[in-house]
Amino acid sequence: MLRFILRRIFLEAIPTLLVLVTVTFFLIRLAPGGPFSSEMNVPPEVKAAIEAKYRMDQSLSMQYLSYLADLAQGDLGPSFKYKDFTVNELVNKAVPMSFKLGIVAFIIALIFGVGAGVAAALKQNSWIDYSVMGVAMVGVVLPNFVLAPMLALVFAVWLKVLPAGGWEGGQFTFMILPVAVLCKHYISVIARITRGSMIEVLGSPFIRTARAKGLPMHYILRRHALKPALLPVVSYLGPAFVGIITGSVVVETFFGIPGIGQLFINGALNRDYSMVLGLTILIGTLMITFNAIVDILYGFIDPRIRIK
Amino acid sequence: MRYLFTISVAALALTFNCQAAEVPPGTKLHATQHIVIGNGAEPATLDPGRVQGRPESNLTVELFEGLVSQDANGKVIGGVAEKWESKEGGKVWLFTLRKNAKWSDGSPVTAGDFEYGFKRMVDPKFASDYSWYLGKASNVINGTAIVEGKKPPSELGVKALNDTTLQFTLEKPVAYLVSTLIHGSLMPIPRKVVEKFGDKWTDPANIVGNGPFKLSERVVNERIVMVRNPHYWNNAKTVIEQLTVLPINNQSAEYQRYRANAIDVTADGGVPSEQVAQIRKEVPNELTLWPQLGTYYYTFNVKVKPFDDVRVRRALSLAINRDVITQQILSTGETSAYSMTPGIADGYKAIRHDWEAQTQAQRDLEAKKLLADAGYGPGKPLKFPLLYNTNEQHKKIALAVASMWKRVGPVEVELVNQEWKTFLDTRNRGDYAVTRGAWIADYNEASTMIDLFHSKHGSNDGKYNNPAYDEVIDKAKITLDPAERMKLYQDAERILAQDFPAAFMYHYSNRRMIKPWVKGYGKNPQGRIQARDLYIIAH
Repeated sequence: MLRFILRRIFLEAIPTLLVLVTVTFFLIRLAPGGPFSSEMNVPPEVKAAIEAKYRMDQSLSMQYLSYLADLAQGDLGPSFKYKDFTVNELVNKAVPMSFKLGIVAFIIALIFGVGAGVAAALKQNSWIDYSVMGVAMVGVVLPNFVLAPMLALVFAVWLKVLPAGGWEGGQFTFMILPVAVLCKHYISVIARITRGSMIEVLGSPFIRTARAKGLPMHYILRRHALKPALLPVVSYLGPAFVGIITGSVVVETFFGIPGIGQLFINGALNRDYSMVLGLTILIGTLMITFNAIVDILYGFIDPRIRIK
Repeated sequence: MRYLFTISVAALALTFNCQAAEVPPGTKLHATQHIVIGNGAEPATLDPGRVQGRPESNLTVELFEGLVSQDANGKVIGGVAEKWESKEGGKVWLFTLRKNAKWSDGSPVTAGDFEYGFKRMVDPKFASDYSWYLGKASNVINGTAIVEGKKPPSELGVKALNDTTLQFTLEKPVAYLVSTLIHGSLMPIPRKVVEKFGDKWTDPANIVGNGPFKLSERVVNERIVMVRNPHYWNNAKTVIEQLTVLPINNQSAEYQRYRANAIDVTADGGVPSEQVAQIRKEVPNELTLWPQLGTYYYTFNVKVKPFDDVRVRRALSLAINRDVITQQILSTGETSAYSMTPGIADGYKAIRHDWEAQTQAQRDLEAKKLLADAGYGPGKPLKFPLLYNTNEQHKKIALAVASMWKRVGPVEVELVNQEWKTFLDTRNRGDYAVTRGAWIADYNEASTMIDLFHSKHGSNDGKYNNPAYDEVIDKAKITLDPAERMKLYQDAERILAQDFPAAFMYHYSNRRMIKPWVKGYGKNPQGRIQARDLYIIAH
């Protein structure tokens, strides 16, 4: 196990992150326009001072090396746009908000997604199956930028029961609409994957054997079917979890949630190099970590691929 | 003359309006005076010296107070300065500060705090976006030389003679100096706090301001909360207890929250264009429109063919039917523009060009002839790309203009849209034929608009260069008599109407949604709404 973890970190995670940092570092600098392009052309002396402050007066390779040196110490640098903060400060404040929202949405998506998927599989081709799959299809197709204003219109403007936006430190009422929008897509996908693999498992010989032995259906489901049926779901959950906790740009922008999604989109639009790099590294690290966790979980569910 | 001038300025200084909410007697106020205002974007900073534009200055004017300020209708009034006078024919200005002006920690605001703030801002090492302002707009002596690194910041012509007297020395006499000083970057800076906390001085825990409100909470990308500053010299006249500013850049999201009564006043421009018809039907009285000091135009790159030919520029400008754009495409209070400077600029009267009086059919006829004279006709179409930044509204206008041009000759326009930063980069490089442009006034005087086409102006994107024009502008700057100065500005507009470095299309409007219970705002042509002027009536 320890060897597995060490191998993951030194042979896979660090080289992957290094490639990610390098590609992002140069790619964002290739984008036309810079962090200091503005409608006002500032005098050259002022421009030079700004560039010196952000080390943009150095050669690109020097900038890259100094960035890596800072990164090694956990310093993501000053934000190019938000002059009052460093990237570390901004990210540290935004992460808990996106995590809180994401984890709640994730748990709800997991419970409802798996539940609906199993129900649909058990009653295949019944009205339950059709309605679950119909709703799931709508959930996948209906974009967040349509659903978010729709829900706000109904619950905030017409019924006046929920706030139309804001975060207020993540109070319960302020979380309902964003969580609903955020988990919608994941519920749909999880339900569809669960249904598909559950139908497959239920049709396999070992389940038939169990039924022939006269075992009750709920026992078969719990004891034999659920674990193998969840394998494809688990492999989807790793990246999905990272996606959901690192903030949805649409949900955060529409509901005014001060999380990672808003930082990311504004960072890209403002060419806030250090912000975009910092968030890319954060998301990259989370992705690698959760993929590794999924690999370990796999072993628990399926002994055939347990890590030795 | 010199004597008279001093007197008139001193007299003006005595007719101050109140920098506070004017609640008519008998008004029933709401129990909680909390107001929520949209800001359109997260401010890049709360440090006045680093102001980049409206999102920042909206906040610096609440947290700080400059020498002068604006009343609800945009008229210049005293701020920390209670009076001012000019000497030596407008070359030297003395500002007398109120003795009761205090920082939010209770210490007095001194002339030295202004001197420190201004010298900090012009220092090129401080790298302020508005470092050029005191030199170029206010003409403070050495302002430009310091920014260019030729002189140290200590040589700036701003000096505290004592704690309550601040002296400005200008390169040349500028009559409208006081108007330029309303800018959101020109605030006193608490030196002790800055030196103690460095870049962290704007944190809610550290910041010390001298404005009507003080910072209590800041969550980046969510909200900025301010409460009344008990040490503000005019605090007794402030009615609003708490001001929350929301940095929402999505207009329909902002409007949704406005409809849910979570916002009282939307950001400037905070009226989603696709919902205007619905707004007019449902809440017409809350749609608040008034003219803005700003102009929307297409700049011709006079350095490239065929736009080096004035006939082409004139033809394309004449062929634009402005009224269609303002009344049919926009329809939110914009007015058709034929000149750079809006007629609402303080002390300015717009002139009417001869072609402006013609009907569109007559203009089109002349445009046709001009294009034919310039050699464009069947077999030789006029082909060029039109650059604009990606935005639905800009696209609609570009499409309309392209079709208007098509009517007057074989004009084939290729619409090129680019994302904002990419667009700025392309435009700054001069890599375009015709580009969208817009300019919003920094202060309320014609020079802030008309200066743009001066050959030395940093944002003269079309690189228009006419020495005769520069001469008129330079002369206007040092002309003290307002009527004389206005004539020079009009002359400058006449030159622009001969050379057509740009096709002016419309003057902007200020557009906001304001709840009926919010009172006290006026029609500031720069769009500024300050919470200290507002109050909420019972509802």
